[in-house]
Amino acid sequence: MKKNGSDIVVLGAGPAGSAAAVEASALGLYVTLFDENPVAGGQVYRQSPGIRSTASSQEQVQGDALGAALTASTVDKCFEHRVWQVERLQSGFAVHAVGPEGPVVREARALIVASGATERQFPIAGWERQGVLSLAGATVLIKSQRMLPGRNVVVAGSGPLLMVVAAAIIEGGGTVAAVIDANPRRAWWADMGALASRPDLLARGAGWIRTLVAHRVPMLFSHVLRRIDGNPAVSRVEAVPIGAGGAPLPDAQALSIQCDSVCTGFGLLPSTDVTRLVGAAHIFDAVRDTWQVKIDADQRCSLAHLYACGDGTGVAGAAAAPWQGRVAALAAAHDLGILSLGVAVEKMRPARRQRDIAARFGMAMARLANVRPNMVEGITDATVVCLCEGITRATLDAAIDLGCVTQNDLRSATRCGMGPCGGRLCEDVTSRLIAARTGLSRQVIGQPTGRPPLRPVDLNTLAGTFDYDSLPMAQPSPL
Amino acid sequence: MNHFDLVVVGAGIMGVTAALRAADGGMRVLVLEQDSAGSRASGVNAGTLSLQIKRVSLMRYALAGYAWWKDAGDAVGFKRTGSYTLAFNASEEALLDERMRLKIAAGAPIEFVSPATVRAAESALCDRIVSATYCADDGHADSTRTGVYLRALLHDAGIELRERSALLGIDVGGVGYTLRTAHENVTSTNLLLATGAWLKPTAALLGADLPIEVRVNTVTATERGPSLLGAGVGHATGLLTLKQKSNGSFLIGGGWQGRGSPETGRGEVVGETLLQNLRLARFAVPGIVGFRILRSWTGFEAFVPDHYPLAGELPGIPRAYVLGCVRGGYTIGPCIGTLMGDRILGREPALPLFDPARVMKPQIAMHENIDSPLRTRSPTLPIA
Repeated sequence: MKKNGSDIVVLGAGPAGSAAAVEASALGLYVTLFDENPVAGGQVYRQSPGIRSTASSQEQVQGDALGAALTASTVDKCFEHRVWQVERLQSGFAVHAVGPEGPVVREARALIVASGATERQFPIAGWERQGVLSLAGATVLIKSQRMLPGRNVVVAGSGPLLMVVAAAIIEGGGTVAAVIDANPRRAWWADMGALASRPDLLARGAGWIRTLVAHRVPMLFSHVLRRIDGNPAVSRVEAVPIGAGGAPLPDAQALSIQCDSVCTGFGLLPSTDVTRLVGAAHIFDAVRDTWQVKIDADQRCSLAHLYACGDGTGVAGAAAAPWQGRVAALAAAHDLGILSLGVAVEKMRPARRQRDIAARFGMAMARLANVRPNMVEGITDATVVCLCEGITRATLDAAIDLGCVTQNDLRSATRCGMGPCGGRLCEDVTSRLIAARTGLSRQVIGQPTGRPPLRPVDLNTLAGTFDYDSLPMAQPSPL
Repeated sequence: MNHFDLVVVGAGIMGVTAALRAADGGMRVLVLEQDSAGSRASGVNAGTLSLQIKRVSLMRYALAGYAWWKDAGDAVGFKRTGSYTLAFNASEEALLDERMRLKIAAGAPIEFVSPATVRAAESALCDRIVSATYCADDGHADSTRTGVYLRALLHDAGIELRERSALLGIDVGGVGYTLRTAHENVTSTNLLLATGAWLKPTAALLGADLPIEVRVNTVTATERGPSLLGAGVGHATGLLTLKQKSNGSFLIGGGWQGRGSPETGRGEVVGETLLQNLRLARFAVPGIVGFRILRSWTGFEAFVPDHYPLAGELPGIPRAYVLGCVRGGYTIGPCIGTLMGDRILGREPALPLFDPARVMKPQIAMHENIDSPLRTRSPTLPIA
């Protein structure tokens, strides 16, 4: 082991990564934990509203305890470090990051990836306008910066986060012009069995709904936004009813709603950037309708000494994440020769059970936050699909017709997904567009190749200070 | 009907241009591709069309290849921008002087220019230039558009392209060559292997042992930004290519090595090496400091020990041809591919080709069971 090496590097200090780091270090392993944020907690414990946590929630209690355990642990905590590249070495991994003191490299015998999830977006004509925010972005704005996205806000998309954001806007003194959910009202009842396992959260959900009802917020189920108008900022939207499959109903009357902001989102997508980068196997989960890294029952990926936990393995929620992290740490400790099989299995058993119970609730929530299969039919030709590069559906369809039937082909041909977001905002929908146009399954269409940097990094920071004459020049090319 | 006059394996620049010429000469041609057309080296290189970085004895091929890209024009984002090659110290100056004189003698329109001239034309460049050359014809194209363009050319020529058809095996004899893919068997009188970094394993299916190795070249793109640089920028050693595209993003290359292998299909950017590449870029163009890196990637480039192309019939395997290992293949590829098409048609190519026998150990004639018509080397097809 080199002197800048660790036994385990953990990527992401959310509930899964923090738990994995604490568990592994408690077993005597030298653990380095990287996170871009200044403190642990990830997306879950940082934000206060909603089912993803409030002051009194079960998650927050767990989060506080985990934060304290992390502080007390011997884990080498690298906060404010942006990991930009992960390499596979002959044995183990090299993690490259940029921190307050510039670029750092850390080699590790094992890597635990806990990079969480990103919000899924679905294109709406006019969504590039000023005043359109993601639900996650709105949440941060309201709770961390105590600002409202607008005075009169339309909240549209699918899943529990709609209610969270709408209630938070009202509590913050704003008006919600409408809540527009692509799901039918009955979808909420279909998963009641699993939801009932968390009466505390159900009660909180009922609280948001009471708030919305008390403020007479119009709630449209089985509706989507057809367009967002305004010049340049949002001034009105049009909502239309959709059928069971998600396609707009023919001849249906559009509903015009005045507003000055739109908050939209369709649940969460597992972050697979790191696991794609190192070349691990991924699977398409037909139930959650997302790609996620392939893991075994002990959180092992398809590559030796690589583990994944948290929402990156399939959105299962904050309650399941710490248990997933613990199982991953125990599996890694066993694989690195620290724990015997018997002890590892013994320690894993309760963690696995807790993980599986908690995951049931999270998965039910994830099912409510979906994109209905035929919703792509409602995307007009002129709608911008890739916001970074300004690529419309018509451009993408033309390229698909020319034979671009993989994500990589479509990127090359159109530049879709090649802007600063790296495709996070559009790759879910481009895969749906290819599927709709070619009849290929989303499994066959696949994912785009993972490429570094994982997030944009400043060239100057990476290059650092150097002396020209000491640059290691290779042999000149053959003459 | 699954019999063809020519099956080309590999839908990159070289395979496709050979296919186009053969079809133009009257052959019924099929192109098989393991992935998507133009998706490997042809589509992931930095798109540099620079005569200054071409090998002296390949200059005539480079000039012809350059003309092909120029003709392709807007469809591939061709831009004639001119480019500078820079030397920052005495040893680089000597290198530049020696190399560029030979390239000028070989017909490249390159001129020596003073550092002051360079700085007057491009103020974003480093102020430590010791000597420089300029080629007004140099430019670039968008290599990402290669796949769409090649597909369109094949379509317009009526040539069938079967993508995602990896070659599993080749049987020799009977009607010629039988190619087995996961989906089907096809037969062909002539066979061209133009599989880029996969040329060694593909030729091995015929029993041919080619001493091919693979480089893993790194390319990096920045985010868009204000226009700083009109011309392309190179380095006396050839270890930097840099250009600002019309959308405002920079592309940085120069052949810095990642790791990986065609066998696994996976190339990986080596962080430490990338940093050196970026340092050289920042030194040459200090104004690039405000840009963020969006993407780095690698592409495989096959080569043989003498770094000259392979383009010709495999010794002892009549009508089986290999094509690849072209240094500067993005620029030169269309020329060599077209010449290869001529050779397969039985025509005399306008420029000499590169016999693969030169790099192979002498071999016993391998396929005694080949039917006699197949052994005939004279052209049997009408030439348009």
